[in-house]
Amino acid sequence: MEVHQSYPPSALPWAADQEVIAVLDLEGRADATHDPRLDLALVTRIYKAMTRTRMIDLRLTKLQRQGRIGFHVGAEGEEAAIVASAAAMRDGDWLFPCYREVGAALYRGFSLQAYVDNMYGNANDVVHGRQMPDHITARSVRFGSVTAPIGTQITQAVGFAHAAKIRREDIVTASYFGDGATSSNDFHAGLTFAGVFNLPTLFLLRNNGWAISVPTSHQTAARALADKGIGYGVRAVRVDGNDALAVYRVVNEATRRASQGGGPTLIELITYRAGAHSTSDDPTAYRDKAEVERQLKRDPIRRLRKYLERQGAWSDAQEQAHEAEVTEELKQCIERAEAAPPPSIASMFEDVFEHMPEHLAEQQRECVQGPRAKKGH
Amino acid sequence: MQMNMVSAINDALRVTMRADERVVVLGEDVGKVGGVFRVTAGLQEEFGEERVIDTPLTETGIIGNAIGMALGGLRPVPEIQFGDFIYPAFDQLVNEAAKYRYRSGGEYTCPMVVRVPVGGGIKGGHYHSQMPESLFIHTAGLKVVCPSNPYDAKGLLISSIRDNDPVLFFEPKRVYRALKMDVPEGDYTVDLSSAKVIREGEHVTCVSWGAMLFEALAAAEELKDQGVETEVIDLRTLWPLDAQTIVESVKKTGRLVIVHEAAKACGLGAEIVALLCEKAFLHLEAPPKRVTGYDTPFPYTNENEYLPLAHRIAPALLETARY
Repeated sequence: MEVHQSYPPSALPWAADQEVIAVLDLEGRADATHDPRLDLALVTRIYKAMTRTRMIDLRLTKLQRQGRIGFHVGAEGEEAAIVASAAAMRDGDWLFPCYREVGAALYRGFSLQAYVDNMYGNANDVVHGRQMPDHITARSVRFGSVTAPIGTQITQAVGFAHAAKIRREDIVTASYFGDGATSSNDFHAGLTFAGVFNLPTLFLLRNNGWAISVPTSHQTAARALADKGIGYGVRAVRVDGNDALAVYRVVNEATRRASQGGGPTLIELITYRAGAHSTSDDPTAYRDKAEVERQLKRDPIRRLRKYLERQGAWSDAQEQAHEAEVTEELKQCIERAEAAPPPSIASMFEDVFEHMPEHLAEQQRECVQGPRAKKGH
Repeated sequence: MQMNMVSAINDALRVTMRADERVVVLGEDVGKVGGVFRVTAGLQEEFGEERVIDTPLTETGIIGNAIGMALGGLRPVPEIQFGDFIYPAFDQLVNEAAKYRYRSGGEYTCPMVVRVPVGGGIKGGHYHSQMPESLFIHTAGLKVVCPSNPYDAKGLLISSIRDNDPVLFFEPKRVYRALKMDVPEGDYTVDLSSAKVIREGEHVTCVSWGAMLFEALAAAEELKDQGVETEVIDLRTLWPLDAQTIVESVKKTGRLVIVHEAAKACGLGAEIVALLCEKAFLHLEAPPKRVTGYDTPFPYTNENEYLPLAHRIAPALLETARY
């Protein structure tokens, strides 16, 4: 019996059968097999951005606990997956984040003041206090606009790459998302389009083990999330996401391949959400303490610091100076953000459309001239 | 040149694609076969597979991709094959396309036109007949357009493609090949913010759009013999609404009937009645009336009873005029 067969032959291997690419061991020793042998100045830059991201997270969490900001969603434990991946792409490439990758925007030069202003939703906030904290927009560093629905940025990153291909621009795009998003419609649609049109895009899957309280084992019965790539004809790689050098190597190679017409790559960055999902969540209610302790030994910052120290490129004195610098920078940003007034009430009606239609102008007048909400309602 | 709505929309796409290489068309079956209604026929031959793209069958994917393309500097015109299939893309439309400008403080915009064949009267049953305009009007950030004739369809589509905000362009399937009219060749636009008085009358105002406009006109003609002159307004752009044209007409007639295919509850008719009560209550001589689809799913066999056709509009106009 002849069976209709119109599929192209695929040579994609099961990701679960492939090695998880790693360079650094827990003591910061580099394995020569995959070591990208990066310039130490670059590694130092990545390390400093990772620690800065961690310090900012810890400070913002405290501000939330003190009731000074409303919310924070941090990236504790995932700094290598976020910062080293951004570092591995070219300046002209575009990043489409979910809500946990502010560190990537900061690495690219997004101003800390702009970020903190967003945390306060004040008059200086780029988006005029229209979004919750951490929902930033950073077009100047080719970084999207953070949205809360899971996965929607995936198809958009693919579409942006599609546009680049049509316009003959050498741009690679990347979408960041978590393990939970691999169950979303947009993951399916995004990989489908990227495969069919062979688009220059990377799927940066931060598998941090948890989607709020639901473990990865409840997102899929597959042996590895990266194996989902096979069904779409999209090449997939697994990498130790807490190993900045391995992340850099894999993302950099995939970027080069995509830029040269080699198509998309799904990169599973195996990391761990060291903290809560957000300040609204208490993981001790659902997470085994032993698991957390075991995973914390993989801490990406400690591993990279040990690596740098082994190379003689980092010292305690440098660490202290860096910490002092970030602490002072944060202090000033917070002071300025807290001193800034709230956005104008009128601004609530702007940017719905390019030109304000009559019904919004009417509502704007009604609101601005009307009674004010009580403070601290 | 004589054109029906299908050829007028096709011509609008051709005209804009020739003038602006950023305009691309994508959707299910839009390329080789030219769409299931042939609205995009011949475009792939002229503009190539890169600009007229047959996509995989996922509405989420089509709209998510189109948004990415818009962010990336193109002017995508995605087609959703039937309005009834737009719901998988609802998240991308209402949470993403509609909100990009607002949530990014204007750093990102999402200029795209989603073409959607809509409406009943083609024996399509529930899954090929719905009119979902209210769902999209209720969420801030989308423009919603629904032409009733070939001339407006071409001019409104060209305006929509050049607009810097996302537009849902609803094409009434029942009108697609129902009439031909003289449509100018080449470039022209119809303003996206104006309704049009297409029949003047002093006794009662009837507001409608899309395919039902012709039913409203038929009912208006029918009532002429009974001495009732109906002013008929074609809304054309459903949102943002040209409230002024309606208010001015009602100030003259004192009476209002709204006709739309979509279900009655929370339909656009309800909003128009409320607006009129706010802006022209003291001019009203009769309770405003709505002649609409019923609050049931769209039926197959009884579609002509479901739709607000002339036989239901005429008595409503008469009752309102003589109230």
